[in-house]
Amino acid sequence: MNVVVCVKQTPDSAAKIAVENGQVTWDAGLVLNPWDEYAVEEAIRLKEKHGGKATALCLGPESAKEALKTCVAMGCDEAILIADPVLDGSDALATAYVLALAIQKVGAVDVALFGKQAIDGDTGLVPIAVARRLGWAPLTYTVQIAEIDAGAKTIKALRTLEQGKQVVTAKLPAVVGTVKEINEPRYPSFMGIRKAAKANIAVWKAADLGADAARVGTAGSAVRWPSIYPLPAREGAVELLDGSPEEAAAKLADKLIAEKVI
Amino acid sequence: MATKLWVFIEQFKGVIAPASLEALGAARTLGGGVTGLLFGQGVGDLAQSVIAHGADEVLVADDASLADFRVEAYAALLVKLAREHAPALLLAGATTAGRDLFGAAAVDLEAGCLADAVGVKLVGGVVQAVRPVYAGKLLADVTFASGGKPQLVTLRPRAFPKPEPDAGRTGTVTSVAPALAEDAIGVKVLDYVIEQGQVSLADAKIIVSGGRGVGGAEGFGPVRDLAQTLGGAMGASRAAVDAGWIPYAHQVGQTGKTVAPDLYIAAGISGSIQHQAGMRSSKVIVAVNKDPEAPIFKVARYGVVGDLFKILPALTAEFKKRLGK
Ligand SMILES: Cc1cc2nc3c(=O)[nH]c(=O)nc-3n(C[C@H](O)[C@H](O)[C@H](O)COP(=O)(O)OP(=O)(O)OC[C@H]3O[C@@H](n4cnc5c(N)ncnc54)[C@H](O)[C@@H]3O)c2cc1C
Ligand SMILES: Nc1ncnc2c1ncn2[C@@H]1O[C@H](COP(=O)(O)O)[C@@H](O)[C@H]1O
Repeated sequence: MNVVVCVKQTPDSAAKIAVENGQVTWDAGLVLNPWDEYAVEEAIRLKEKHGGKATALCLGPESAKEALKTCVAMGCDEAILIADPVLDGSDALATAYVLALAIQKVGAVDVALFGKQAIDGDTGLVPIAVARRLGWAPLTYTVQIAEIDAGAKTIKALRTLEQGKQVVTAKLPAVVGTVKEINEPRYPSFMGIRKAAKANIAVWKAADLGADAARVGTAGSAVRWPSIYPLPAREGAVELLDGSPEEAAAKLADKLIAEKVI
Repeated sequence: MATKLWVFIEQFKGVIAPASLEALGAARTLGGGVTGLLFGQGVGDLAQSVIAHGADEVLVADDASLADFRVEAYAALLVKLAREHAPALLLAGATTAGRDLFGAAAVDLEAGCLADAVGVKLVGGVVQAVRPVYAGKLLADVTFASGGKPQLVTLRPRAFPKPEPDAGRTGTVTSVAPALAEDAIGVKVLDYVIEQGQVSLADAKIIVSGGRGVGGAEGFGPVRDLAQTLGGAMGASRAAVDAGWIPYAHQVGQTGKTVAPDLYIAAGISGSIQHQAGMRSSKVIVAVNKDPEAPIFKVARYGVVGDLFKILPALTAEFKKRLGK
């Protein structure tokens, strides 16, 4: 079983995010996108169960090698960084275009795993767009891979939707977008961390993938972000309601009824 | 010629998703002709409701291959229709189906897709939208590079008001054929596992959430009582979910659900930045916490400092009285 897991590097979720002169800043380090930990764990479990190889793939700057090292430390066999200034400014669909080419270049992949969304851009579009580009079974929002028949090349999975869980089957290769409930990601082992420190991370350029320059970077992206700014402050300070629990409850009920939210 | 605005009408077992009705309402505010796209099996009867909620025209595809939302079948049809009619703007709710459909269709149409807008307007035919980024810690203005391509936008559930239906509205209903035959669709749906009585957090008008402060699974009793009395849904912080007191489906926050109810009551929740990421766009936030320094009071409009095991039952009793229950 040949598995690829696509990961992004993002600011730590506990970071205080601010905007200075139109640039987003944060006060903590960069980490493996928290949603992608589940995809990495699932990739490692698939290879442990069915044999084969798990490769982590990231489109990002040189610094994103750190996120890929986390993947290797957890148990991925290989890691590839796609880093090229011509890719800067790629939107979700341009990113998906590049990742689809990279997955094809890895070759003979049975399952490509993704996190639910990247906690910076928060679009959640990349997994479905990659599936569409590749023409692979689109198993987004997967909460359980119930069965993979490596011989017959079929997959049975549970997807989690607003209405409940959906049980589906499809032919491999498949794109599997994961959600948090799918597993409990492992911590990197001591051996894994040593392996990751020595790991040789391949770097691919857009040209290595045969990417069409008109489809990547800012020029190849349809969506523009002209400005980014902090949330407007919630108006006014909190109004504390005091007295006994019954008194506070009565005061709060008055307020909420006046606000017409009840 | 009026701008062509298309709205994908998502339905599950014959019930239209509230987010689709909100999208119809949003389309109406943009000015133009509004077309609803209604795909499914045995869904023709819903067309009238789509018109009542704001559509001038409904394209109905009724076929067994469309009974379940499957992105391959739905995207193929949406793309075929969009190529024929060249809509300027397509809207859908930012649900699992809406995001998948528009993401896939945008690939085929070589068009842009913008996810999870909380505000949208058209300026000279070009979409200008606002969307939360960095887990809701920042907002971004987003737009499309010009180019005459359709613009695909999903709208965050509950960020736009649901229009009142007007039974007097009229419109045309046109049947369209599916684009793919069953054997060309790779994914087969075997079954659904649906938990009964679960209020969808994303659509809830009122949410009462409990955190580590409830102290255990039984501690959710008073949270549930209040939620039930108010006809709302029950939420939780990650601390409570990780402790195993309540299933993950209830988790609100960065790695849980993003919600925007009219009323969000947080009990025994400190208000970490990750929890806030999922609930700070709620209309009115109420905090119940025994620690007056808890960060949740910084985002709350009303607060009660005290023991949730005393405050919540008092609130339940008070609302029972007020609501005549
Ligand atoms: C990558 C990442 C993702 C995360 N995602 C999420 C997420 O999606 N959602 C989320 O919620 N968290 C998330 N977290 C966790 C988050 O950082 C906090 O740890 C968590 O929200 C704390 O939950 P809490 O407020 O219930 O617990 P605590 O912070 O322990 O707060 C408990 C509160 O209860 C109060 N209290 C105690 N007893 C009572 C009583 N009897 N009456 C009234 N008040 C009482 C206390 O004063 C305290 O303020 C995430 C963390 C990380 C690192
Ligand atoms: N630059 C990237 N490199 C590799 N994988 C990515 C990248 N961006 C997004 N992904 C994957 O796509 C998922 C959804 O991201 P997004 O659509 O950007 O919210 C993430 O959880 C990752 O698995």
